[in-house]
Amino acid sequence: AEVEETLKRIQAHKGVIATMVINAEGIPIRTTLDNSTTVQYAGLLHQLTMKARSTVRDIDPQNDLTFLRIRSKKHEIMIAPDKEYLLIVIQNPCE
Amino acid sequence: VGHPEIFPLVFTTKTQEIFDCRVLEDVTEENCFKLIKKEDIIQDLKTRAAISDFHPVKKVVLEYPGEELLVVFDAKFQYGQNFYLVASEEAKENLLKPPETTEEKEEEEKVEEKEEENGEATLEVHPYKPPVHKPWVSLGSEKEVEEESVKDTVGKIKYMISRIRRKFGAPITFTDKNASHVKDSYVECTSYQDKAFSIKMLEKNVGIQMVPKVREASTQTKWTYPKNAATQYFPRQLSNEEKEESLSSEKLKEFFTSVHLRMEIALQQNEIMNAFFDDWKALAEDESSSGGKPDVYLKAYQSFTDLLYLKDRTISCVCWHPTVYGIIAVSARDQLYYEDQVNLSDKSLLQQSVILFWSFFDPIHPQLMLECPEDIYCFQFSPSDPNIIAGGCINGQVVLWDISQHEEKLQNAKPDDDAMKMTAVNTVNASILNVLQYKCMSGPSLMQAQDSSTEPPLVRYCAVSSIQYSHKTPVTDIYWLPDYSEDNQTDATSENRAGVRVQLVTCSPDSSILFWDIPATKVLEKPSSEKIREEEIFDMPLDVPDTLNHLDLCWKPLIKINLCESDTNTEYSPVRISLRELHYHYKTSEKAQSLNTLEVSAKESPYTEMRTPSSKNLKAPQNISTSFFVGTEDGEIVYFDWKMEIDSDLAKPHTQKYTIHTETINTLQRSPFFKDIVLSIGGRNFAIWKEGVTTGPILQSSCSAGRYTAGQWSLTRPGVFFIGRDDGNIDIWDLLKKTYEASHFQNISESRITFISPCVASRRLMQHLAVSDDLGVLHVLEICQTLSEASRNEVGN
Repeated sequence: AEVEETLKRIQAHKGVIATMVINAEGIPIRTTLDNSTTVQYAGLLHQLTMKARSTVRDIDPQNDLTFLRIRSKKHEIMIAPDKEYLLIVIQNPCE
Repeated sequence: VGHPEIFPLVFTTKTQEIFDCRVLEDVTEENCFKLIKKEDIIQDLKTRAAISDFHPVKKVVLEYPGEELLVVFDAKFQYGQNFYLVASEEAKENLLKPPETTEEKEEEEKVEEKEEENGEATLEVHPYKPPVHKPWVSLGSEKEVEEESVKDTVGKIKYMISRIRRKFGAPITFTDKNASHVKDSYVECTSYQDKAFSIKMLEKNVGIQMVPKVREASTQTKWTYPKNAATQYFPRQLSNEEKEESLSSEKLKEFFTSVHLRMEIALQQNEIMNAFFDDWKALAEDESSSGGKPDVYLKAYQSFTDLLYLKDRTISCVCWHPTVYGIIAVSARDQLYYEDQVNLSDKSLLQQSVILFWSFFDPIHPQLMLECPEDIYCFQFSPSDPNIIAGGCINGQVVLWDISQHEEKLQNAKPDDDAMKMTAVNTVNASILNVLQYKCMSGPSLMQAQDSSTEPPLVRYCAVSSIQYSHKTPVTDIYWLPDYSEDNQTDATSENRAGVRVQLVTCSPDSSILFWDIPATKVLEKPSSEKIREEEIFDMPLDVPDTLNHLDLCWKPLIKINLCESDTNTEYSPVRISLRELHYHYKTSEKAQSLNTLEVSAKESPYTEMRTPSSKNLKAPQNISTSFFVGTEDGEIVYFDWKMEIDSDLAKPHTQKYTIHTETINTLQRSPFFKDIVLSIGGRNFAIWKEGVTTGPILQSSCSAGRYTAGQWSLTRPGVFFIGRDDGNIDIWDLLKKTYEASHFQNISESRITFISPCVASRRLMQHLAVSDDLGVLHVLEICQTLSEASRNEVGN
């Protein structure tokens, strides 16, 4: 329903390679990639997000992580965390 | 003898008379006892003293207790004499009585024998005689007994000692006294070492006890606790239902509403601009590519020449082997001047024309030789099967070779083993060649050359086109096409998806362009019959593969295009041709266009699987471009567009003609990077054309001092191409640097450059440029890095 629409809109952006929704335990719920790659991304990024969040909160307990962007040579990984879920989008920026 | 009381005597006859014991009268053997009184014997002794027979036993007689002595006649001389005297009463009695008893026994036995009466009674009568005391005879033993017995030698002396009674039982006091104080109170016998007598102790028994040495020690070891070295795990995954459930849950919806905005902002940011783009760095790259190294040059890598086959010959075409690195093929033809080319009959047939295969690893010996019926003007490897080579001859024929037998050898060409491997193949070749005869193969130089063991194997062509249907003038350009196989049902040509190239296009100055097709082979007949047939007619060597044999001398072109202008009726004589879809990539790691990809075919000929195309109605292919450029002998560039019409084998071309060059076009080549950019070189200038731009070339060079004779685009840099000149120089043009003059030129050889061919080897880092010249020498040069690596934006620019 709405969820589908939103996902489709995000996927339709220019340069988007993949989209993933992961639950709080790191288990992928919804993905556009194949299973093995998804599982790999989910495990690694989930841990990274936990680490980043704990870093932010350690420095200032009032603070919290809102967005995480990893820019690499080939593409950019964007992670939007929430209490129960994680939205991961992989995009190939510009060229 | 041994009886002490028996004394043997000798009785003389006188004695016998005296005592009435005459032998055989008184005393017989049976009655041998004679009792003689003792007194008589004593008397006889007295009377006759010494001569008496009793003299030796005189003492015995005197001592004899009884009165009568028994004398026994010893008839048998039992005791040594004829008589013997029994000296004791007992013996006498014994002798007398037992003989009586024995006599009695004998008598009785005789009586028994006669009468057989009471034998037992007489036997039992053996009265027990208790042992008779015999006088003890001393043998000296009592003396020993006496000596041994202990007797008192002296009588015992008795003493009686007494004391006064009161002294008995009185208390006594004892005192000690040192013996040494009183002199002579004791006598001692000390031991001393007697020198005369010593005992050496040879053996001594000593008791030994073994005790082990025990020592206590202790250590402490580190206890390593077990910990995981590796863990195997698999990720948790949700089942489909769970996924569905979570997807439809409320929480997910809330999550999305809160999150999607952020995400979209981020995505848009990336789309707008690349925040991480480093301008400075990009600038630096451009700088280095354009300003940069002054020492851009072509390094000479190797050069190949062959004295035997390439003497006085010029190289007409050079081709790299598409798959095997380091193999390059060279075709040679006679050095004919421009005018003589027309007059073919003057061509000498003495020297066999060949295509030589060189390998980088062996600069002296060619690897393979392809036999050609005539001089080859141009040739090409088939892109789909590098073992098929098509060549255009000087007399207009098209020739095909199949070198699949030597494919392995080419691939394995190593510097050391070449000579060895070649001998095996050559002996077969040599023997066959000696036996069979060919049409134009009788050059003695060739035969002699074949006998040596280091010659490369000669491969005969396996198919040649029929003479009447080929070109009339030398085939100047030949290319393999992607296969347009036709579909008989729908009459629409479609691509052959397998990518096997079986079509050729050739052009020749007799103003025709021919499309050739290699049809499928029929069912392979038995090789023996084929061979026999061929041996009669063609005398083909047995090791030439049977592929395409059916085409030999009967190969006809599929389509023929006459290039003539319909209005002015002038004929063009094309020298070079460039089709749009011609650019094929051999199997490399680059991405290739779908039309041009191909697979390296299997060992068996793929041609057996092709359908035989019909030669009837060919309709124009819908989606394949049919336009092409043609460079002519007169220096014109014509842009043709052919479309097939039904029931007509001739094309009606639409043309556009450009005359820029003054002399024959010698190169017409499409850029490897842009499909619509064509380079043409002829005479003293070159031009770059773009398809679709009909006003003229997009770039045209000014006239240069020397003639350009050959040229090629660089395979790796879009803006670079190489031009060869007739003074042996190579010009390197880099369009990004300068467009008005060559960016670099270098002298390669003294004579005219006839052909240039670059090569990209995907495995190695360096790239090669093969340059051939008029003297028959092939130079292979290494292209230095700046020329071989494309900068980032070169394609875009």
